[in-house]
Amino acid sequence: MEDVKIEDVIKIEDIIKQENLVFSKTKNLTDKTMSFCPGCGHGVAHRITMEVLEEMGISEDTIGIAPVGCSVLAYEFMNIDMQQAAHGRAPAVATGLKRVYPDKYVFTYQGDGDLAAIGTGETIHACNRGENIVIIFVNNGIYGMTGGQMAPTTLAGMKTSTSPYGRDVETMGAPLKITEVVALLPGTCYVTRQSVHTPGNVRKAKKAIRKAFENQKAKKGLSFIEIVSNCNSGWKMTPVDSNKWMEENMFPFYPLGDIKDEFKLLQK
Amino acid sequence: MGELRLMKGNEAIAEAAIRSGVDAYYGYPITPQSEILEYLMSEEPYKRTGMVVLQAESEIASVNMVYGAGAGGKKAMTTSSSPGISLMQEGLSYIAGAEIPCLIVNVVRGGPGLGTIQPSQSDYFQTTKGGGHGDYRLIALAPASVQEMSDFVKLGFELAFKYRNPVMLQADGVIGQMMEKVELFDQMPRLTDQEIIAKYPWATTGKPKSRERNIITSLDLEALKQEEFNLHLQRKYKEVTENETRYELVNCEDAEYLLVAYGSSARISLKTVQLAREKGLKVGLVRPITLWPFPSKIISELADKVKGMLCVEMSAGQMIEDVILATLGKTKVLHYGRLGGVIPSPDEVLVALETQIIGGK
Repeated sequence: MEDVKIEDVIKIEDIIKQENLVFSKTKNLTDKTMSFCPGCGHGVAHRITMEVLEEMGISEDTIGIAPVGCSVLAYEFMNIDMQQAAHGRAPAVATGLKRVYPDKYVFTYQGDGDLAAIGTGETIHACNRGENIVIIFVNNGIYGMTGGQMAPTTLAGMKTSTSPYGRDVETMGAPLKITEVVALLPGTCYVTRQSVHTPGNVRKAKKAIRKAFENQKAKKGLSFIEIVSNCNSGWKMTPVDSNKWMEENMFPFYPLGDIKDEFKLLQK
Repeated sequence: MGELRLMKGNEAIAEAAIRSGVDAYYGYPITPQSEILEYLMSEEPYKRTGMVVLQAESEIASVNMVYGAGAGGKKAMTTSSSPGISLMQEGLSYIAGAEIPCLIVNVVRGGPGLGTIQPSQSDYFQTTKGGGHGDYRLIALAPASVQEMSDFVKLGFELAFKYRNPVMLQADGVIGQMMEKVELFDQMPRLTDQEIIAKYPWATTGKPKSRERNIITSLDLEALKQEEFNLHLQRKYKEVTENETRYELVNCEDAEYLLVAYGSSARISLKTVQLAREKGLKVGLVRPITLWPFPSKIISELADKVKGMLCVEMSAGQMIEDVILATLGKTKVLHYGRLGGVIPSPDEVLVALETQIIGGK
């Protein structure tokens, strides 16, 4: 068979036309290539957060707080004013900022090691005070940036570089359901657990983030959004396998859905 | 003349904070400085000026709240005492690295560890030599009176914003707890958000379409860029050293012997100078007001003229290292100090001066 090149049949110039444009990247993301591993959920979580700000028309009034961890460079990709906080301290930094700018929007974007290990104190107390901020918590059960060590949310029996024989809950403690903990605190208005591994879940997660910022607009207090995500590099799987593993192992322990809304617990 | 009041040093700090137009105070209780938070909570400055006062869950949280507000261009401060200041070192390093202007007050107590609640000056190394990680400097002011507790809050913020650098006001338990007459300065207005945007274009106030986004961070993973940033810091520190070194000289013109002391030790040494002069001894006092930048130049010049210097500190001898570096062996430099919260008397300083410096070999 004769070689037929695709570009001979379909001319790209015929496709890239204004009238054919059905999707574009939000202006709230920079053009910088993201540093996340291909297949990781962080990029999607970044995008839907930035889309929400644009759709609500609050980009110019929003300041984000980046953590230490895989998303330490969030400020390279999010095209808004940003501060980078010390490991675990983002809720305190956000508190300090929000208290002097009560009419601006402030959110933190943190991973599990940052939020649920070294920053547990800052997380609990910001939630307990009901700081009028949004916390976006990406839980992939591992320290991705430092090379796959055990996190507070690592599942029982899960192998990581610092639990090479699996997490032994007898000696290493059980995985911490920090989201259920903060749901019990009076200051949290809205607490939910989402994922971004399917188109449907991305839509639900984005809706949750929108609701969180609407809560901040209405000065209701703290909204806490956990996004259970894969870490295909840290879990040493392909992106597809990691999402399947996440559904089969992470979701039974970290079930998706709203935990608290309008200050009322929805689950026991 | 401003309003006169009899106040504790700690209260003077709190009142000066309100009058300086501070936007936010974040703090955590610790003796001997809890009166600052107590005074602010009872004064309700949010009603007077709109100033935020919040009790944090820890000193770690306090200093990071200061980071957040300061990065937004607001005047933010915290206060603590030695063990709490140790907890803040991480935050101070980040604040210095992100070039956030702010004021930190340390009402020093004796250490190490939980130590004692009694006054001390044993945090000099921590204040002037780092404390946190990395090549950074705090501008360090050392008040020696309740008046200066008030005045240095205002001065501290001026320097912090002039150089985009954290300022440490290092007092001690004596000055924090003692009462003196203070002339308070008049109420200064807090800056409006629009004024902050105009004055501090680097602040994270929300990105309008008219400018690039503002990023407050201390991170740069590229070694050459990080080196360039560090060199920028060093250039700034050089400028601060040239412009902001402050000290006080007492009876130094004809002095044959000098006491070198700051803070409460300087107050005690001032009396020693008087006692020595009554005995016909030509003794003077050099009082560093900025612990960093240290007044090395004047101490070096004086070292050419005198027969010896005695460094008086409520520590095992920390500032003396800077005096030795400044004098480079040109004159005898010895230390006299009391430790662990004990305050030396003017008489015992005089005995030390007479036996170690004047009569000693």
